[in-house]
Amino acid sequence: MTFFLVSSFIKMFVVFNLIMVGVAMLTLLERRVCAWMQDRLGPNRVGPQGILQPAADGLKNILKEETSPAMADKTLFTLAPLVSFVPALVTFGVIPFASPLPTRWGVVPMVVADLPVGFLYILAISSLGVYGIVLAGWASNNKYALLGGLRASAQMISYEIAMGMSTVAVLLLAGNVTLSQVIAQQQHGLWFVLPLTLGFVIFFVSALAETNRLPFDLPEAEAELIAGYHTEYSSMKFSMFYIAEYSNMVTASALMATLFFGGWDIPFTHWDDTGDPTVLKTLLTLAAFSLKTFAFLFTYIWVRWTLPRFRYDQLMALGWKVLLPLALSYITILATAIWFIRVQIGWLYGPGMALILLGVNVVLLVALVWWLDRGRIVSGIAEEPA
Amino acid sequence: MAIGVKVMKRPTEQTSYLRATLKGMALTFSHLLRPKVTMQYPEEKSSKDWTLSSRWRGTHRMLTDEQGRAKCVACGLCPQICPANCIKLVPGEDEQGNRYPLIYEIDEFRCIFCGYCQEVCPEEAIHVGVHYENSEYSRDRFVYDLERLTAQTHPVSTLWDPSDPKGE
Repeated sequence: MTFFLVSSFIKMFVVFNLIMVGVAMLTLLERRVCAWMQDRLGPNRVGPQGILQPAADGLKNILKEETSPAMADKTLFTLAPLVSFVPALVTFGVIPFASPLPTRWGVVPMVVADLPVGFLYILAISSLGVYGIVLAGWASNNKYALLGGLRASAQMISYEIAMGMSTVAVLLLAGNVTLSQVIAQQQHGLWFVLPLTLGFVIFFVSALAETNRLPFDLPEAEAELIAGYHTEYSSMKFSMFYIAEYSNMVTASALMATLFFGGWDIPFTHWDDTGDPTVLKTLLTLAAFSLKTFAFLFTYIWVRWTLPRFRYDQLMALGWKVLLPLALSYITILATAIWFIRVQIGWLYGPGMALILLGVNVVLLVALVWWLDRGRIVSGIAEEPA
Repeated sequence: MAIGVKVMKRPTEQTSYLRATLKGMALTFSHLLRPKVTMQYPEEKSSKDWTLSSRWRGTHRMLTDEQGRAKCVACGLCPQICPANCIKLVPGEDEQGNRYPLIYEIDEFRCIFCGYCQEVCPEEAIHVGVHYENSEYSRDRFVYDLERLTAQTHPVSTLWDPSDPKGE
């Protein structure tokens, strides 16, 4: 019991700090990658290659004057950054980030809390984040902030459905909602991105929308709504929203790595998930997990500096008319296929089943691309000519 | 239909969000690896593509003769022509009857750097210079006196292109 408590506290402390440092580095990476994509250099003055820029930013934000609008609801105005900040961090608690670590006192699983309901917990907590944004918009007593908050709620609720639906396929295949079991399942067979390619595509698009990143950053929309829900926020409160956004990105990326890319699994070898746990395995699997997460984070940034923002009706059309029906029909098709393979042929999840499902996915993906490639999303909800 | 958005009829290639997205992603990624155009200012003040023009009109400079005295004869043409009225000149005369400036001050804050003072100067004494870094810690340091004007060492502006003096 003592061992469990002590190890949990240490893990919490380490994970919290790693995420905070990661978020800080991510803000720097965002600015530098943006600069590189625009043929500039980006911030490179504070410390070697600008590595201390986040520290300077943090210091600036702490020292800045904090303004509070006269007509704002003080309690909610203060509460809102916390409400968006905490779920972003808490979600990470159930994601396993490395293989178990052997210590002198026993084996420590490398996850803060390996909840049996892991995935449901993530869905539950991540939808709490929207409250922070809506409350911020409401409490500011500013019409643009309120519009931003409203947009955020509409957008996140719409895309949450598609996101949840797309992960049902993962749960069907894994037969479990515990994330460590989902990873174990992928280590025995193939990564779920292969048998569930289309599910991954839906999840990825929804995750972009869930984290309010471009091309789905309508809640912020600096051109239309000044800065949306955080118009009235300054200094550290503003910074909290910023940290929350980036923590959400980290969590979403880690989740994509976990659900579809084998979590901390090192590909093409069973060395990492069989035999006794060693420190070397823990470190290498941690590196593999970080690398996968980083790849998604980079994609986030890459997409942000490429795509323009959606129009509001396009956003809604994409969410409700494309992603939701797509996710629903995808589950139906996949469930039928899985049932057929499991019950009629009698295979368990393994490379054979994965490859058959991959075939199904490729067919579906080709059909989807063929159907999407006719300007329907850009046309939004305008009438198709008869 | 709640909101009717008018959409122009365009061919598929132009309206396909998918193709446009992929094309855009490829483009931004290719820019990621291209050489950067940023000039790292305090360390690097000119590059092979860009240098300060020799016709740049910046911080003033008073030229001196062989004895190290200012060439200025206090004729009063520069304060006369100065459109910003930033030159203060009090003329004096020595025993041989040579005129020289008792006080010669240029307020760099008022100056609009038109370069008329250099153009009008019959002795080629006052010049605008190819120089732009003149930050100070207090406002009164921006009034340059004669001593400071003669102490400047930066190259003076040519005002016109030496290879094309008439601007053709």
